[in-house]
This record gives sequence, structure tokens and C-alpha cells, in this order.
Amino acid sequence: MTALDWLALAPHVALLAGALIIVLVVSFRRSHGGALAMTAAAFAIAFLALFPALEAAPREVTPLFVFDGYAAFFSGLFLIAGLATVLLCRRYLEGRARHQEECCILLALATLGAMSLASAQHFASLLLGMEIVSISLYALVAYPEDGHPPLEAALKYLVLSGVGSATMLFGMALIYHATGTMLFVETGAAFAAAGRAEAWLLAGQAILVAGIAFKLSLIPFHMWTPDVYQGAPAPIAGYLATVSKAAVFAVLLRLAWSAELLEGSAAFAIVAAMAVLSMIAGNLLALLQDSVKRILAYSSIAHAGYLMIGLLALAALADRAMAVETSLMFLAGYVAMTLTAFAVVAELSPAHRPADADQAEPTPAFRPGDADLVAAYRGLFWRRPMLASALAVALLSLAGIPLTAGFIAKFYLFAAGVEGALWGLVWALIVGSAISIYYYLKIVFAMTERAEQGEPPSASILGTATAITLALAVIALGTYPTPLINAIRQIVAALQL
Amino acid sequence: MLLGLILWLLVGGALAGFSERLHPNAPRWLSLAVLAVAGLMFWSLPVGASLELPWIPRFGIGLILALDGLSYALVALTLFLGLVALVSSWSEIDRNPGFFQFNLLWTLAGVVGVFTALDLFLFFVFWEVMLVPMYFLIAIWGHEARAYAAMKFFLFTQISGLLMLFAILALVYLNYEATGVLSFAYADLLGARLDPDIAFWLMLGFFVAFVVKLPGVPFHTWLPDAHTQAPTAGSVILAGILLKTGAYGLLRFAVPLFPEAALDFRWPAMLLGAVSILYGGYLAYSQSDFKRLVAYSSISHMGFVLLGAFAWNALAVQGAVVQMVAHGFSTAALFMMAGALQQRLHTREMDQMGGLWMRAPRMGAVALFFVVASLGMPGLGNFVGEFMVLLGAFKVDAPLTIASAVGVIVAAVYALSLMQRSFQGEPNPAVQRMADFGAREMSVMILMMAALVWLGIYPETLLGLSEPAVLGLGVAP
Repeated sequence: MTALDWLALAPHVALLAGALIIVLVVSFRRSHGGALAMTAAAFAIAFLALFPALEAAPREVTPLFVFDGYAAFFSGLFLIAGLATVLLCRRYLEGRARHQEECCILLALATLGAMSLASAQHFASLLLGMEIVSISLYALVAYPEDGHPPLEAALKYLVLSGVGSATMLFGMALIYHATGTMLFVETGAAFAAAGRAEAWLLAGQAILVAGIAFKLSLIPFHMWTPDVYQGAPAPIAGYLATVSKAAVFAVLLRLAWSAELLEGSAAFAIVAAMAVLSMIAGNLLALLQDSVKRILAYSSIAHAGYLMIGLLALAALADRAMAVETSLMFLAGYVAMTLTAFAVVAELSPAHRPADADQAEPTPAFRPGDADLVAAYRGLFWRRPMLASALAVALLSLAGIPLTAGFIAKFYLFAAGVEGALWGLVWALIVGSAISIYYYLKIVFAMTERAEQGEPPSASILGTATAITLALAVIALGTYPTPLINAIRQIVAALQL
Repeated sequence: MLLGLILWLLVGGALAGFSERLHPNAPRWLSLAVLAVAGLMFWSLPVGASLELPWIPRFGIGLILALDGLSYALVALTLFLGLVALVSSWSEIDRNPGFFQFNLLWTLAGVVGVFTALDLFLFFVFWEVMLVPMYFLIAIWGHEARAYAAMKFFLFTQISGLLMLFAILALVYLNYEATGVLSFAYADLLGARLDPDIAFWLMLGFFVAFVVKLPGVPFHTWLPDAHTQAPTAGSVILAGILLKTGAYGLLRFAVPLFPEAALDFRWPAMLLGAVSILYGGYLAYSQSDFKRLVAYSSISHMGFVLLGAFAWNALAVQGAVVQMVAHGFSTAALFMMAGALQQRLHTREMDQMGGLWMRAPRMGAVALFFVVASLGMPGLGNFVGEFMVLLGAFKVDAPLTIASAVGVIVAAVYALSLMQRSFQGEPNPAVQRMADFGAREMSVMILMMAALVWLGIYPETLLGLSEPAVLGLGVAP
């Protein structure tokens, strides 16, 4: 390890060091505010460390990791999203859990895992990163002490995510058997040499893709998603939908371009079929829900389907850089808008009250627990205009209305799809988006209704500010995306695809 | 300055929205001031003003705005009807006036953008931007079935908009393949050489989006619901301006971008126009709801625009332009009348009206004026528009034109029945007293009457303004 290697790893090291320091401090003296401040500082330092680290990029650090602009982009995204989640957990966990410090530590570790995924170029680091993320999340999903749903969700997530990991591991084993290597690039070379007909290799790839589809919750591997999102604490559900998904996609995309994953027509067809299914069925199933968290879960399934257009464009476009650019732009928008939506849900979710305070019967729509039913959002525009506006921005962005990040994201997918002549996928995108408008607007409409309702819980300044900032980011990305586009183009050009 | 006008409306909308905290009346006055300043800004703009700035150079997208004669006339109409909408909502909206004015001004900003954008991406952005505030206007301040109406309105326009977005992108990329220039600029795409089969499908993508908005049969079903449920100001903007964006889109984009394909599609399109005229008129006659009748009559009137747009000769297209402006005034006035009646009688059913002239003679006289304008009385603007369209279309397709001309008779039937059932006949005993129009309402009504009379007697003012623009679109002489 040279000094340059350490420089390239600086963001990872900073975050890990932050987590360890908090562990140490907390074992001597517990303090919610202190842990929060230290975590925020760790995230901020790790984020700032990205810039000197970029001086060393692209840098291969051991055969396991490569730190390049691509990894830096995703790391930055994860750090911002992770920080937002930490801030949202603060009020959400009050009254739900006795201690918050561990939540901060776990979020820092999960983000570390996600960052490793973004720079993984070897099956070992892929598995390593994925497990760090997943194991932290099992604990995070089950974190609240006050109820049955988080435990149930955590158990479901544990079992199904475990199945996904095992499937992936088996796929990796088959690929290793066929090629004798675990480096993405070398498996690609072996694949090309084998004339793309090696049965073990094809089987291995198919199984690997299925395992990853579990993590991305593509239909038909999506069953766990709505249940887990609904049961999980709202900020953690947001983290699951954004960081954990984006990290898996980051490594999948790198795998796809360096290991030529989609060059075989079979793999391409399988991914395309899953994408179309997710876009259509995901949106159709969302129509049937009356729980906001489940709607957002199905919407994230549909968005995973949209995201696959970026991946498939890699094989369909002569200009591979365009495909990567599309995926990064889409993910930036997706993370911002999805996190905004979950941030508002988290802010509106009252904590459980102690059992003896039950005299003041809470109104049905705002019973303790997560603000979940669409009915709970009725009249929000008039009672919490700021939060309601943030949620409206997020939902309109998810629906793909112009001047929001979601529109630019979908525009990119359209452009890539049209350029690559992926007509079937583009039609699925159109049909899916058309269906989705209905259920997003259903929530927006509920917010505009005039309904006499119980007061929602007093929002915290921290959480509200987070939600508003995220919503402003969604609008900024949608109105003037040029700076981000330029940055991403620079990153992608440096990859020399 | 052109961009300034749009930004000013957006900023003004935000200001009006926040001013509610100062005083419940502040948003109204502020909104009036914003519109007045916007009017002055517009006044200072010459015909032919234009602006070009880079926006997303990655895709060759620019902020390209231009104001030719056609745009000029329509922007003027937009700002004026914005004022009418404001006046008509003055005493009607008492809940959350701030957010109401915000939505009103943002809709206007979107519409001004649609009428001036000459970059297809920018055009699409404005096209959608005017939709969201309009949705809120219907969903929040609408009448009893507003949820259904607002959702239907949004779904229809949004889904057809997606088809248009797809067509825009396909057009841009085909042009990119042919010329190597990636650009969304209208000027660059005008001469795109396309495979005729593909051009036909792309033209249909645009056509559907615009005909939904127009609306033409069979895509008209959102309109009666949206118009009937919207608050008065919403109906005024919807009927007066938003429908015109569909017509404008046909004239500016659908036909000029794909001239051959549009020529191939001429007969079906004109048939749809004729069917809209007759069927819309027939449906209008069968209504018992004042507002719904006016809504259906819009379908009939906009059918003339569709007919004229696809006849595509100077006479018919000029007629369509006059019809757009005249219909803007006459329908806005009738919707304002419907709103005033509903506010006074708490009903829109004509069975519960009758003999209202006795109670409110000023309202009766005003209603009569706009009813005869709407049925195409010579000397008023609507007559000039319909007559020119029919004259121009006759050269292209005589049978369809003759059928459409019957629509003028249908118009007389439903328009007079509207007048008869509400303002004439036996006074309804249930209505003993009804406040007449006050000075505020009369003043905008008189302005609109004057405009229609002027259009009817001396349409040259408008025709001279729009002629170079219309000829610039490449219409047949």
C-alpha cells in the first residue's frame, strides 16, 4: 500500500474511523446529540475526502478495489443520502427506541459497504460490500423497539436477502469454475475467448443476475419489497430504496461493462423481460395499494425496471458512454426524489405513546405508527404546507413532470432507448409512466382535500429542513441539470469504455 | 424581455402565494399588480422579439423564445383572459386565495411559454408546466365531482403528452442520424427529411397530444367534466386559453414539421373536425346544465379550428386564428356568466332558472350578446372566423365543408335554447331576487364585447398581425 493507495481510500477510511470513534465514545458516555454530531461530521469529512482522493483516481487499490470517478460519484451520492437518513432518524426514533447511537453507527457502516460496492472490481469485494450493507440493514430495519412490524420486516428481509446472496454466491462459483478468475475484467476476457458458449459460464451469469435482481427487487424477485418497506422504519425504508439499490446497481453496471455480462443474447433477453415486467406490473400493482409506503415500494420496483434501460443500453448503444451517463443521471434523480418522499413520510409518523397516555384517543388517521394510509395525508397542504409541498414535488418528480429531477431522468432513458432502438422498453416506459400518474396524483389529491383531521405530530426542524433541502435539490436538478451532466460526462469519459 | 415576462409571472405567482400571510386580500391585489406589470412588459415587446440562450447543450437544447404575429396575438389573449379570470374569481375564492393566485399566475406563465417556445424540449416543458397548476385549480377549488374531473383532465393530457415526447425524441434522433446535428430547435427540425412512413407515425404522436387538448372527438370526454367542475377562473382559462394551445400546436408544430404526412392525413383530420362541430353541437343541445352546455359548445367551435388547420390554406388558417381569439372571448364570458349564476343561485341547472332577465337585466343583456356571438352572428368575431374557415375548407373538400356548415345552424339551436331556458320565459318563482352585475364585472364584459365587435367589423387588425406568421408556416396560398 503506497501513499497514493491510502489517498484513494481516504473517504472509506474516514467513514470507518468515524464509526469506530463513535463506538468508543458511546461505550463511555451515551449522548444522542453527540452521536448525531459525530456521525454527521464523519459523513462530511468522508465527503470532503472524496476531492483529494479524486486526485489519485483512477487508482487500483489491491485487486479488489478500484477508485475512479465512477466510484467517487456513487460514494458522494451515498454519503449525502446516508447523512440525510441519519438526520431523519433523529426525530423518528424518539419514543421508538431508547438509544439512537447504534443507529448512527450502523448507518455509517452500511454506507461504507455501499461505497465499497461502488469501487468493487472483484467478486470477493462484491460479496463483501453487499454483506456489509445487508447485515447493517437487518439490524436497522428491526431497530425500533416498540412493535411487531419492524421485526417481521427484518426477518423477511433477512431470509430473502440471504437467499439472494446465496444465489449470487453460487453464480460466482460457477463463473469461477469456468474461468478460473474472479476479477470482472478477466471473466469478460474468458467469456469472449470461450466463444460465449461455455455452459457453466452462461449458467453462472444467469444465476448471478437472478441474485442481483433479488437485491434490486425486479419482478419476479420483488415479493419481499412491499412488506419490508412497509414494516421498516420510514427513514430506513428510504435508505433501502435508494442507497442499497443504487449500490447494487453500481456494481452491476461495472460488472456489465467490464465482464461483458450482457453480450450474450440470453442474458440481454432475461434482463429486458424483467425490466418490462417490473415497469408494467410494478405500476399496476401500485394502483391497488392504499398504503403510501407500499405505493412507494411498488414505485421503486417500477423504477428498478426503468433503471434497467440504462443497463441494457450498454449493450444496445454503439456509444457505451451514453449508457453509463444515462444510468448515473437517472440514479442521481431517483435517489433525490425517493429520499424526499420517504423523508416526508418519516416526518409525519408519530411515535408510539406510552400505554398510560391513552386517554387522549388519537384520531384514527393519525394513530401512532407510521403515517401510512393515504387517508392520513388528507388536507396536509393546509396544515403542513412545507412538508406537503416537498412531498408533492417528490411525487410529481416520480411521475416525471418537467422541471423536476424525475423528468430529466426519464428524458435520459427515453433518449437512450430511442438512440439504441430499444422500442419495446421505451413503450413499456411510456405505459408504465402513464399508469403511475394515477397513484402519485391520488396522494397529491388527498393532500389538497379539506378534511378535519387530528393534528399530525409536531415536525422537527431538522427533519423538515432535510425534506425541504432534498425537494429543492430535486427542482434544481430538474431546472438546470447542465452542471451535473458535465460532471458526469467527465467521469464517464475518464472510464474509457 | 420575453423570458423576463415568463419569469415575472412565475415570481409574481410565488409572491402572491406568500402574501396571504399579510392579509387575506393581499394576493388578489398583488396578482392584479403582477398582471398589470406583465401587460406593460408585453406592451414594450415588438412583434418579432426573440431570445436564444443555451440551456442543456448536451442535447442541443436551448432557451429559444420568439414572438411572431401568431404568438403575439395569443399571448395578448392570454394576458387579457388572465385578467378576466382574476376578476371573475375576485369574490368567488375565499379559501386559500394565496395558493389560488399562485396557480393562476403559474398557469399563465406556462401558457405564455407554450405560445413563444421555439425549442421542442422547452415547448414540452411548458406544455406540462401549465398542466400541474391547472390540476390544482380544479382539484382544490372545483365543485362537487372535482376529484374525478381533475384526475381525468390530468391523465388525458399527460398520457397524450408522453406520446408527443416520444415523437419529439424520435424526430430529433432521426434528424441527428441524417444530419449529425443533435438539436431540439424548431428551426433545425423544420426541414428534417424523414422516411414517409415514420413521419406519419411521428405526426400522429403530435396530433393526438394537440387534439386531446383542442379537444376533438373522440378525445373530448375530459373537457365537459373539467370545465364543469373547475372554478369560474379555471373554466375561463381552460376554455379561453388552454384549448388554444392545442390549436396553436397543430398550426405551429404538427403540420409544418411533417407537411407531407399531414397532407396524407388531411381527410381524416378534417373529418374529425366536422364530426366535432356537429357532435359537439348535438351534445351541447342535450345538456340541462348551463356550464356543461357551454363546455360542449367549445368542442363544436374548436372543431372549426381543426378543420381550418388541416385545410392548410391561408384563408382557412387565418380563419382558424380569428376563431381561436373570438372563441377565447365569447366562451370566457359565458363561463364567467355561468360562474356568476352559480354564485347567486347555487345551481347550474337551467330548470331552476328561467326569466332571469327580469331579475337582472344587465346580466341578461350581456348573456344575449355572447350567445349570439357564439352562434355566429355576422358583425361579431366568431362569424368572421367560422366563415373564413368554411370558405378556405371548401376549396379543399366540399362535402365535409357543407356538413360543417350545418354546424352553424346547430349552434343557433343550442345557443338560443340556452338563452331561452335561463334568461327568458316564465320567471322561476324560486328566484325572487338576484344581484345584477356590478361595475367590476360589467367593465370586463364590456371590454370583451368591444373586442368581439372590433374583430367582427375590422378583423384586419388581427389578420394583418398574423398574416406574415401564418404565411411563414408554409401554408398553401
